[in-house]
This record gives sequence, C-alpha cells and structure tokens, in this order.
Amino acid sequence: MAQVKAPKPSALMSPAPASARTQPSAAATRHAGETMTGAQSLIRSLEAAGATDVFGLPGGAILPAYDPLMDSTQLRHILVRHEQGAGHAAQGYAHATGKPGVCIATSGPGATNLVTPIADANMDSIPMVAITGQVAAGAIGTDAFQEADIVGITQPITKHNMLVTDPADIPRAVAEAFYIATHGRPGPVLVDVAKSAMQTQTTFRWPDRIELPGFNSGARPHAKTIQEAARLLATSRRPVLYVGGGVIRSGASAGLRRLVDLSGAAVVTTLMARGALPDSHPQHLGMPGMHGTVPAVASLQKADLVVALGARFDDRVTGKLSSFAPHATIVHADIDPAEIGKNRAVDVPIVGDLKDVFDALVPALQEEHARHGRPDLEAWWAQLDDWRTTYGLGFTPTDDGHSSPQHVIQRLGEIAGPETTFTAGVGQHQMWASQFIKYERPNSWINSGGLGTMGFSVPAAMGAKVGEPDRTVWAIDGDGCFQMTNQELVTCAINEIPIKVAIINNSSLGMVRQWQTLFYNERYSNTDLHTGHGTRRIPDFVKLSESMGCVGLRCETDADVDATIKRAMEIDDQPVVVDFTVSRDAMVWPMVAAGTSNDEIQYARGIAPEWDRGEEE
Amino acid sequence: MTQHTLSVLVENKPGVLARVAGLFSRRAFNIHSLAVGQTEHPEISRITVVVDVDELPLEQVTKQLNKLVHVLKIVELEREKSVQRDLLLVKVRADARQRADILQIVDLFRAHVVDVATDSLVIEAVGAPEKLEALLAALQAHDVREIVQSGTVAIGRGSRSITERAFERVSA
Repeated sequence: MAQVKAPKPSALMSPAPASARTQPSAAATRHAGETMTGAQSLIRSLEAAGATDVFGLPGGAILPAYDPLMDSTQLRHILVRHEQGAGHAAQGYAHATGKPGVCIATSGPGATNLVTPIADANMDSIPMVAITGQVAAGAIGTDAFQEADIVGITQPITKHNMLVTDPADIPRAVAEAFYIATHGRPGPVLVDVAKSAMQTQTTFRWPDRIELPGFNSGARPHAKTIQEAARLLATSRRPVLYVGGGVIRSGASAGLRRLVDLSGAAVVTTLMARGALPDSHPQHLGMPGMHGTVPAVASLQKADLVVALGARFDDRVTGKLSSFAPHATIVHADIDPAEIGKNRAVDVPIVGDLKDVFDALVPALQEEHARHGRPDLEAWWAQLDDWRTTYGLGFTPTDDGHSSPQHVIQRLGEIAGPETTFTAGVGQHQMWASQFIKYERPNSWINSGGLGTMGFSVPAAMGAKVGEPDRTVWAIDGDGCFQMTNQELVTCAINEIPIKVAIINNSSLGMVRQWQTLFYNERYSNTDLHTGHGTRRIPDFVKLSESMGCVGLRCETDADVDATIKRAMEIDDQPVVVDFTVSRDAMVWPMVAAGTSNDEIQYARGIAPEWDRGEEE
Repeated sequence: MTQHTLSVLVENKPGVLARVAGLFSRRAFNIHSLAVGQTEHPEISRITVVVDVDELPLEQVTKQLNKLVHVLKIVELEREKSVQRDLLLVKVRADARQRADILQIVDLFRAHVVDVATDSLVIEAVGAPEKLEALLAALQAHDVREIVQSGTVAIGRGSRSITERAFERVSA
C-alpha cells in the first residue's frame, strides 16, 4: 500500500457508541496547529485516533501525559492495580467491541509488566495500542532509573513498535499505531515516548495522510482460487469448514453462516472461534483439537476437503501434524499470507479478509451448484451423526462426591444465557467453558488461546464490561489463575465495573495436575493450592473478594449451583465473586495427548472411539 | 540445505537492521552473512542476507519479512543471474624470505597489497566467496595473523533495477 488517505478516526475503527463524547475528527481539527506540550499532543492524538477508554497506571516517565489526561473529556482512564491488568483489559475491550484497546504504562517495570498482554495480543491477533513512557531522550542508553529498552524487548511480540524522541512525531506515531493495529491482521503496536518529548513545546498537527510504503493491509481474494475452492466444496463428499479466530476478528460471521448453509459442510470452530457460528446450528460439530469433541476431531481426520478459514493449523488443533487430516485437500483462506503453508501444505491458497472471501465464495459456490447440482453429503452426515450420538460431550461426576466443575459451568452458561460475555483464564476451567457453554454469537467468548496466559480472565472481563457496559460479563476463572490477577477486582469495584467472577476452585493447578495424573504416575509436584475442600483455604476467596469491595459468595454442592448463580445474576451494582468449590479429580475429556495423532483421541480415560465403525470406505 | 541470497530493501529507519536480523533468529533461520548499506536513494537501505535454508522455509521467512512495516521489497538473487561479491582483508607475516612467494599468490588471485610493514603484508581481495576461500587456502602455508571478511553484497545482472519501484512507493 503506497499511501492511504487521511487517518480519519471513522475510517480507523467502527464508530464509537452513541454518547456525548467529542467526535474524534472534530478534536483533531480543533487543535490543529495549536502550540502545546508533547504530553498534550499525545493526549490529543489519542483522542483524534478515536480512543474513548484507556487502561493504565502512571509513573515517572509517563507522568507528563497524565496531567493533560485529567482534562480530557473524551478519554476515560481506568486506573489499574498492575500494568498487566491494563494490557489484558485493553485486550478484553478490543475483543468485545472490535475497537482497538489502549493501555498506558510508565518506563522500565511499567512497560515490562505489559509484555505478557502484548505477547498475548500478538498471538491472538488483538488490535491494541500500548503507550509507554521512556526516560528522557538524553538519558536513553545510560541505564537511567527505570530505563528499559521496551522497543527492543517487544520487537518480536508486536506487530510494530516505535520510539518517539521528537515531540513533532507524536501525532504521526499515534496515528500509525492505530492504523497498523487495526488493518490487515490485527495486532499490538507499542509507542514508546521519551519523557523529554512530552515536556517540550510542539505544534500539534494530526497527519492528513498515513504513509507506510512497506505496510500491506491485505490483498483481495483471487478469483481463480475462489473458483477452485467453490469447485472443491461442490464436489467433495466429506467437506469440513475449519473455522478459526480470523472469522471473529474480521466480523465475518454472517458470511460464514451463508457459506455453511449453502455448502452443507460440517463445521468445527476452534477455541478462538467459539461463537463464530451458533453452537445450535445443526452442522456445527463443536471444537476441534486437544480437548475438542470426538465428532469435530474425527471429521477432520476423515475429511476429503478441509476449508480452513482464518485458522492457523496450531499444534493444539492438529495434534501430530503429519497425521492431521491425512485424506484432505486443503483450502486455506487467511488475511495473513505468512499463515498459508506455514504448518500444513495448502492446495488452494486464498489471501484476503474473510468478509471478502465469503462475499466471493458464496456466489461462486451458487454457480457451481447451478451447473453441477448439490453434492450428495448424505453418507457423510450419517457418519457424523453417528459420532455425535455415540460420542456426545458429557462428564461423569467424580467419586469424592464433590461438585462437578463441568456442571457448574454448564449451568452458568444456561442461566446467564447467550447474550452474556464469558471470559476465561487458562487451564481446565477454560476448556470446560469452551465445551459446556453454548455460544450463539461472535465475541461472546473471550480467552487467551495462543499464548495461554493464566490470569487473563478477570482483567479481560473488566475490559469487556467497560466496552459493553450493558452486557453481563462473567469471568470464569481457576483458583490458580484468579490468584495471579484478582487485584483488578479493586479496580472494578472502585470504577463501578460490575463484572461477575466464577472461580472454579479445585484447589490446584488443575490442568497441570491432570497431566500429572495421566503422565507422571499421579505424583503431584507443586500443583496443590490449598484453597478448596478439606484445606485451610488460603486465601479465603470470599473474604478476599469482600475486602476488595465485591460481593463474595460460596457454593460447595451441586444442589446450590443454580440458586447461587441466580443470586449473583441479581447483583448489578457491584462486582460479584463466587467461589465454586469443586472436585479436584475432574478431568477434561476428550483428550488428544500432546504430540500424538488426533487418531489417538480418548473419549474418556482409556476409552478410544472405534474409528471405522459404519464407515463405507 | 541450500544457500540463498536475498536482497531486502528497507526504509532507512532506526532499528530496521535489528528487526530483520531478529526475525531470522526468532524463526530459527541461520544467517550465513549479512551486509547493509545505503542505495542510490538515501531513504532506502539495502540488506543482503545469505541464508542457509530449504525452499519451503525460505518462502516462510520471506513472507514473515514482508510483514515488517519497514521492509519494502524482497528479491532473491540467483547465483547465475547476479554478481555476488565479498571483500576480504588478510594480514600475513611476511619477512624478506616469504614476501616473494606471497606476492605471487596475490598476483594469481588478482588481489592487492594494501599495507606493507617490515614483517607483514595486508592483502585485499574482492570476489565471489569461492574465490576468496581458494585464496585463503593458498595462503595457508604462511603465517596468517588476522582475517576479516564482509558479508556478501549482490546485484542482479542486466539493466533492471530492483530499487526503482520500491523508491516510487516511498517517494510517491
């Protein structure tokens, strides 16, 4: 892309929710040519870029920016308790709204505390702009107090980053950051601003053009490959649409729906794509991968055509790569050309935004149908339905008589309903939440997929609630995850961000414990957290939550689950935390052990599906 | 694995070399040599990377490089269709007895002597990597004190310019 037109905020992102906030473009024009400090210019630039909510924590190097921030009527700044919380909140915000999330931190430790969320956003393609203060330009490179080379540190984990030492460069840097973060495959961009630049007088000039000659925001899908993909979809006998998070990021669920209905193909949605197609859709087989459903995993293994849509053939989906979907012709559509052929050789590559892909593919497939008729998928669906009947998702209560985490999560999904947004941390609770909650709309499921960041849930829920204040937001968390980032509940309580947290408390680092059960002879090295049944409960999550200004509830038996959830649903003026104390022996099934073939999937411990039963091959 | 020579045209911005080099190491690709310098356009620098990599991973690294915001263009220069040169400086101990012999080698390889001391010579040679290797092998019989080599620089044969179009994008 040689040049792009004026970075009108309206073009940068979807319009801000109706409110009395200043129109960003107006803010930009109003201050054009005005003399001000670099710090004021930075705040004006954030306004001009369309930001309305920012998450951050001040410190020495960023301090100049916090002064004009106080006067901004457009920017709501939410003071977090740890910069990691600011980063994950910005992610949750971006995830829920589709707008870029913004986080602010000071130099050195403030900036390094953002590293985890930045890496997380990079893995899961979340549009995010991180603003960090840097020591004064003259002190850079001297190991000054709170100096860290955050541009160097985050170079491998950002889509782009930059250091600004000249105050005149601030508006352009911010405009570019928002543009890059939101165009093409979304991702995090960091802007590191030297304190001296913020303290120097400058003339504010919002750039009317963004010039990024080396930046590709994506190609249009090629007509020839679209036609080939349509031909394959019209002629294959065992087609599967392998739907990834790209469909969510692109906002292409409607297009996906049209392709699904038209093609009649089986559909699987990855961990990042849960909700891209309603779970209630009859062609939806659930999630593929390590803890995917048997029908979803089996469909890919037996498919003759796999159409990957915004997915990246991650090892948690493919299992042992060489035996993944061994009979399938592969069509791969993605906005990022580097994803195509990265892990799995591709027969039909399609580069483009998935919205454009669906817009082209649907009519192309209609033409194919008109010419050759619809494919006969009856035998395929008989097979798939057989797997669905025989190997549906389920669980068996454990022998200890304690509450089943799967039951808690399932009921939470049913009672809270599909309009709720759910976030999760990482581990067993995350997998159960992806399995046992039925997602009916995109962006209703927010989790850390690629990086697998424990502690993601609470701050991400905070961000999601700020982005969509009228929605119920439930953070499903583990007792391990919760102990990493729960301090943001203080932020929630003080700033009136009434999220709800369900701690699935199995008193251990559950997923690690599960692997110790299965692969390390039940030797439970360092996975006991002493928070659940029969322990001293340190910390006591109810008391901890109450001390942070939340309502704390506890639920210890299956019988109390519904009533407790309903009580939590009734509280809307305060964050609520429910300590669901559950069995520690529950395990996540089905499972494909790491590094093994998807063909080795176990439905439950020691129970493998009979693969070829009833197959006509 | 085979050696490939890539010409990477980049915007002349701070840190761009680190970004390119970092990408190779991060994606586990081995850089054989790397040279960077200005082009006829001051806004554009040219990085020549020689990398040991098979065809498929090469495609992947090229795609990843293309994602870097400051990378304008990547061209693979095939050996037969390009001129590829390294610069070599060698310091050799050379007293009166050895000098004639060493100077003969210098002549044979069309190298130059660029510094003379009573007991040493500094030889400068420019050429394809194989030629320089051969020169070093010929000097093996002597007391080589110091070797320094540049990375390979390469340019396509014929009239086509790879910087032209990249420059149009930058200056448009």
